[in-house]
Amino acid sequence: MDSTRKEWLLNALIAGALFAVPLWACVVNEPFIITLATRIAILAIAAVGLNIALGLGGMVSFGHALYLGLGGYVAGIAAHHAFHGTEILGLPGTNQMLPIWALATVLSGLVAGVVGALSLRTSGIFFIMITLAFAQMGFFFTLSWPAYGGEDGLPIFVRNQFPGLNTARPWEMFLLAYAVLMLCLAAFAGLRAARFGAALMAIRQNPDRAAALGISPFGIKLVAFVLSGMITGLAGAMMADLTRFVSPAMMAWTVSGELIVIIILGGVGRLFGPVAGAAILVGFEVFFGGLTEHWKLWLGLVLLAVVLFARGGFIGLLAGRVRHGG
Amino acid sequence: MADNVLALRGLSRAFGALKATDDVSLTLRRGEIHALIGPNGAGKSTLMALVSGKLAPDAGQIWLEGRDITGLSVAARARAGLGRSFQVSSLIPEYSALRNVMLALQARMGHSYRFLRPVMRDQALISGARAILARVGLGPRASVEAAVLSHGERRLLEIAMALALSPKCFLLDEPMAGLGAEGTKQLVTFLHGLKQDAPILLIEHDMDAVFQLADRISVLVYGRIIATGSAAEIRANPQVRAVYLGTEDSL
Repeated sequence: MDSTRKEWLLNALIAGALFAVPLWACVVNEPFIITLATRIAILAIAAVGLNIALGLGGMVSFGHALYLGLGGYVAGIAAHHAFHGTEILGLPGTNQMLPIWALATVLSGLVAGVVGALSLRTSGIFFIMITLAFAQMGFFFTLSWPAYGGEDGLPIFVRNQFPGLNTARPWEMFLLAYAVLMLCLAAFAGLRAARFGAALMAIRQNPDRAAALGISPFGIKLVAFVLSGMITGLAGAMMADLTRFVSPAMMAWTVSGELIVIIILGGVGRLFGPVAGAAILVGFEVFFGGLTEHWKLWLGLVLLAVVLFARGGFIGLLAGRVRHGG
Repeated sequence: MADNVLALRGLSRAFGALKATDDVSLTLRRGEIHALIGPNGAGKSTLMALVSGKLAPDAGQIWLEGRDITGLSVAARARAGLGRSFQVSSLIPEYSALRNVMLALQARMGHSYRFLRPVMRDQALISGARAILARVGLGPRASVEAAVLSHGERRLLEIAMALALSPKCFLLDEPMAGLGAEGTKQLVTFLHGLKQDAPILLIEHDMDAVFQLADRISVLVYGRIIATGSAAEIRANPQVRAVYLGTEDSL
């Protein structure tokens, strides 16, 4: 079986498992497991976003927590004003997920546009540091913003609503996250296979060649970075709703690092890399976190092993390397 | 002049006290191969970088079909009609030969911001790229990744990518570099036909190839052009013999 078919089979298995496990948990009434699966799905959405910039475009953003946090605060602030019946900038709050998602996505895209326009003039370690700096600015801004809880964060007392679903029920919240994840994966696969993806992946491998063909690296990378931030921002809004809480911790640099770790564990640039990586990360946290508080040490060793011996991550290990043939 | 496709006018570029390019003017006419030769360190690479847009000149202009392209970026010059190959093969290593050429075709069409249609279902792109690969003789190697192509095949793929741009002129930087006698011979034949598509500014070390191919030759020494003329004129030029060719006794 060639590697492309192997990967599709593996992807189908992962997608099936991520659906089957919480379904089983729903049947045997284990809401904790359902919530875990929802967390995996939402983390995976955030990482799908980062995978556009990092995996396809080779832009190692060490500041994607900024968009996660932005999305989170959009959800938190909208719910806060809806709950208290107050206004923000002359507008009422809302407890509807759809407008919250739209706003989170657009706002994250705008911020990513500014961050990208400034940081994409650099590359390598400078790019990493500038994206980190922007995320830290967001972190300290929210930390010192008493109107929305400052360092204590902002609770969402009642989970926001989605038409036709009861989002308070773990299974229905899971279905929502799963559906959004599948849509984001479809978007990722679509743009990767299209001309935009062909240009973006070429720029990652050889920007000079792309430019000599007439493809300006800056524009393509900037658009990719904006799309990347938008998807991660959407995940942020959903994450805040899942935990019913948003705080500056969501913008902490460790969160940016976790998103990168997810992608490396799962497989950089691979469609289901973020899903596999998020499952591995959350799995480690739950199973080893219960055994020892030093579980991150063991995760670190796994990460080291992946970087040294399995550069393609989980997907690469099982499905082989990518082929851009034809 | 109307038949000048590319014209360099008074190009200069210094690195500190070193004048790597010193008041260089040359033209590339429709249908010709204009070769640029010169000993190591003569400034050929700098001149190439100035023309392709990698470096900005301190003075002078570059005109492409009556348009001043001096201020344009590398990518904008490529879109304006400059098709270049690199001295050291510069390909998209993880892409197959076919996808490398498809990328060039896509760039020529100027449609890289398309998010929906998969390129591998774009028959115009695929068949166009296959035709170009066949023309350079890489047809059977279409699905091989660029990273694992042989050196000679990589040189050909470079040219295929430049060809896919349908440029107004080619800028070929040592296309024969590292090719064996057989490969060089084939490439000479191919380039001879290629100049009908668009004129070629050729930087080349292989003197035999240059004298076979070039309609005109310019000799670059210490950043200056000391002579321009036909192969016979250059062979006969005493100044050229003294500073450059005389050292090789190969004429």
